[in-house]
Amino acid sequence: MSTLTELSLADARDGLRAKKFSARELAEAHIAAVTRIKPLNAFITETPDAALEGAAEADRRLAKGEARAMEGLPIAIKDLFCTEGVLTTAGSHILDGFKPPYESTVTANLWKAGAVMLGKTNMDEFAMGSSNMTSYHGPVESPWRRRGDNRPLVPGGSSGGSAAAVAARAALGATGTDTGGSIRQPAAFSGIVGMKPTYGRCSRWGIVAFASSLDQAGPMTRTVRDAAIMLGAMAGHDPKDSTSVDRPVPDYEKALTGNVRGLKIGIPKEYRVDGMNPEIDRLWEQGIAWLKAAGVETVAISLPHTKYALPAYYIVAPAEASSNLARYDGVRYGLRVPGGTLDEMYEKTRAAGFGKEVRRRVMIGTYVLSAGYYDAYYNKARQIRTLIARDFAEAYRKCDVILTPTSPNTAFAVGEKMDDPIAMYLNDVFTVPGNLAGLPGISVPAGLGGDGLPLGLQVLGRAFDEETVLRVAEVLERAADFKHKP
Amino acid sequence: MALDRDTVRNIATLARIRVEDNELDALAGELSNILTFVEQLNEVDTKGVEPMTSVVAMQLPRRPDEVTDGNIQNKILANAPEGTRGFFAVPKVVE
Amino acid sequence: MSSTHLIKGKTGEWEVVIGLEVHAQVTSKAKLFSGAATAFGAEPNTQVSLIDAAMPGMLPVINGWCVEQAVKTGLGLNAQVNLHSVFDRKNYFYADLPAGYQISQYLQPIVGKGELLLDLADGKSRTVGITRLHLEMDAGKSLHDQHPSQTYIDLNRSGVALMEIVSEPDMRTAEEAGAYVRKLRSILRYLGTCDGNMEEGSLRCDCNVSVRRPGQPYGTRTETKNVNSVRFVMAAIEHEARRQIEVLESGGTIRQETRLFDPNSGTTRAMRGKEHAHDYRYFPDPDLLPLELSEDEVARIKATLPELPDDKKKRFIEQHKLSAFDAGILVSERASADFFEAVVTGDGKLGDGKTGRDAKLAANWVINDLFGRLNAAGKDITASPVTAGQLGRLIGLIQDGTISGRIAKDVFEIMFETGKDPLKIVEEKGLRQVSDTGALEAAIDEILGANVEKVAEYRAGKDKLLGFFVGQVMKKTGGKANPGVLNELLKKKLAP
Ligand SMILES: [Mg+2]
Ligand SMILES: [Zn+2]
Repeated sequence: MSTLTELSLADARDGLRAKKFSARELAEAHIAAVTRIKPLNAFITETPDAALEGAAEADRRLAKGEARAMEGLPIAIKDLFCTEGVLTTAGSHILDGFKPPYESTVTANLWKAGAVMLGKTNMDEFAMGSSNMTSYHGPVESPWRRRGDNRPLVPGGSSGGSAAAVAARAALGATGTDTGGSIRQPAAFSGIVGMKPTYGRCSRWGIVAFASSLDQAGPMTRTVRDAAIMLGAMAGHDPKDSTSVDRPVPDYEKALTGNVRGLKIGIPKEYRVDGMNPEIDRLWEQGIAWLKAAGVETVAISLPHTKYALPAYYIVAPAEASSNLARYDGVRYGLRVPGGTLDEMYEKTRAAGFGKEVRRRVMIGTYVLSAGYYDAYYNKARQIRTLIARDFAEAYRKCDVILTPTSPNTAFAVGEKMDDPIAMYLNDVFTVPGNLAGLPGISVPAGLGGDGLPLGLQVLGRAFDEETVLRVAEVLERAADFKHKP
Repeated sequence: MALDRDTVRNIATLARIRVEDNELDALAGELSNILTFVEQLNEVDTKGVEPMTSVVAMQLPRRPDEVTDGNIQNKILANAPEGTRGFFAVPKVVE
Repeated sequence: MSSTHLIKGKTGEWEVVIGLEVHAQVTSKAKLFSGAATAFGAEPNTQVSLIDAAMPGMLPVINGWCVEQAVKTGLGLNAQVNLHSVFDRKNYFYADLPAGYQISQYLQPIVGKGELLLDLADGKSRTVGITRLHLEMDAGKSLHDQHPSQTYIDLNRSGVALMEIVSEPDMRTAEEAGAYVRKLRSILRYLGTCDGNMEEGSLRCDCNVSVRRPGQPYGTRTETKNVNSVRFVMAAIEHEARRQIEVLESGGTIRQETRLFDPNSGTTRAMRGKEHAHDYRYFPDPDLLPLELSEDEVARIKATLPELPDDKKKRFIEQHKLSAFDAGILVSERASADFFEAVVTGDGKLGDGKTGRDAKLAANWVINDLFGRLNAAGKDITASPVTAGQLGRLIGLIQDGTISGRIAKDVFEIMFETGKDPLKIVEEKGLRQVSDTGALEAAIDEILGANVEKVAEYRAGKDKLLGFFVGQVMKKTGGKANPGVLNELLKKKLAP
């Protein structure tokens, strides 16, 4: 039944309702696919039993005509989401053996909508990375290869396992989280759709925190429609999250009217960065042309503080992370390395439990918050955030959405760029501003680079205007007609 | 900002991450590079700019004073590396 | 500052400078950021939510009631309520601090400057500045004595709402510090925002102490943590001040450090394991938004404030003509003040229908007789076997001459033992005093007849003997003679 894994999430949903196949058949096909892609190391934990159980319940409901929004649809969950009774590691050694006695709000919402869990996907440790090479459970391999080159490539990160699983047709969709681009960049690298909704749209309750003021969960799928369906199930107000916004969740699928006539698309001049791959620039021009053909108006806009987004991010995110990760101390859960004193136990546990990149960021974060440096670093970065948010507010007086490339390059090989953290950080140059300003953004696969690898275009929108973002993204998707498979 | 070994050692202590002496120099170099990178921000005049406290425009929600949680000792202790008689246990602390 | 505040050392006089940080537990059913209960004395780790245990991905949501209590307390301290305040993370590692940070308020607390009036033993009062009040969560509890090589952790207290109330370094003696804690506790209890129970840890005090030569700048201070009774606060300060003077006089210097008070020895000692300097890396908690209050909300809370001890004391002095000392004692606890007022105004009945009980008399009875008796019985005013109405009626009986003050003491004792009404006791025991002149004259005549020599002495000018005759007649009448009538009659009969 390998054709079942080729279906989009929307088509699988419709097929189930039309009784073309059962949820059990759909689940089995995906369980087999998960097994088939084992060499990619996309999953940390596989949960075939949960998938079959969920499918059985789905078939019962389908038979009674009581199907819910995602009834019987097999999906994968990034290992950053706490799942009750199922190992949750955040890609880290320090959460060894941790089985949460609770379920994150977003995954609970998905199960309430009838979705079925295939397993927990691999990721950069604590979501810190753009390559998936920082996972304690080993790197994830992209299902893609460069043209004429069989070296393994990275799927992007940090939601790399989710991206690889969806791209390799082992899941109809997957959850991701995006702190600086961790949904959109791996989506672009892997030729799939990835959406980061507005900050506050999806509850953060039960998601292992990386940088609380930036983290946001979102869907990773193969089509824009699938992203709309899945986001609808994930989103919603959660009284358990003080930053969750209390406003109704629209029917995102309904927003996909195909009609973008009269919309104004902003093109920020500052996104033409030095040393950008010319084919990325060409793709961007192509995207503009596609949207113009669909009836949009383009507007030149300026986001003058774009260049400072990345340095501000590399203060804010590590600072918050240094505090968020203080709870991993060997006392209540996870790894403990014994020590003669409490402090020795802490120091040994945290040295052994955190990988190199996490240690580095925790230390940077500790430093920028420490006495005498707070104003120069952390407060300065918060001021830059204000300026970046103002840039966007100014831009959205002239346009409805903004079109940019998702990433300045295509996927790189496993092992590349590892020795220079800054070169790695530059992967997020186009995605980070959206996190700092809390705005929704989506990456849509738009073409292949000269190396035969996928490239993505990003649509950014106004806060809580996911509908327009999705509508524009779908028009872009139709025009690009991206049919390439890994 | 170039960090010296002592500063790195102090940060490591604050962060409770053991760093061996032979790792200090390499780590000092890496951290210094990152700091140099983020120090680009000094180019921006931020005088009078309010630092962002929250990216969402909303009021802090408040909950009513009701007991809605607790009595889950087994869940609280379920993942504990060491615990006994309802407590978590750690190496003895002398105050 | 009068020189009585100075401590005499070997090399001269020293002034002690004291500031207090009081952690007062907000009276609430649930914790500040979670829905777990706050009740005292539960089994370990049972009143703990996933949030209080800092499980991965857990988020705080603030208890609105606790916010209101902090505002109420700020208003009760005549303090500035800040309409915009911010919750910060205070980062440090400790086994009973599960998240590795405490959610507190640092640069922008909910309450700013206020003041507190101290009532001192000499009847004088003095003002101590309040620097701020902020809301924060409590940590859990470390038990060091349960196992030879391990410390046990109980998170039941983790996340309980505290108000940290910080004073200016305005106090100069241990007595003042004691008076400060007593007064603060009294105000908190009037407001109902903290039960003030120091044994259960609802009120804990950090004492910042330094010494200096008079007129010199502040010296280096030490902080003695978590002292949990007024007596210990005073003892800790006393000991710490003397220790610092000794160190300085022998040429040493004071280290800024955290110390612990040992109630058994009455001394303080430096805390171990605190050798590396703290760097709390405060920053606004990104899981919480700034806390906004509206003027309306503050006004609404203000309207619920009860009459507080200072105002009540003033009123007692003016309205009831009490001394400052008596008024001070009565208002220190709201229950005592209420009891006193109920005795005075009570059910409106005097023993014989007259109105207007003597407030001074009532104050004496409440403070000396009732408090003394309750103390001896180990009882609280709220558990008094004598009701305010009953004590009021007893005073009525004295005022209208039904019984004498002396007999009233006996009646009171029976009331305390049996809970019976005073009039009933007077009737049952036949204690009504004799005001009938005929009956009294007979008794007087009998006494005068039996003491002819003394009568002569009196008439010769030995006035003091009047007391003797009064006593004799009283004895004869079983103490029931109306003293006023008796005096008058005696004087008439003894007149030469
Ligand atoms: Mg303190
Ligand atoms: Zn405190």
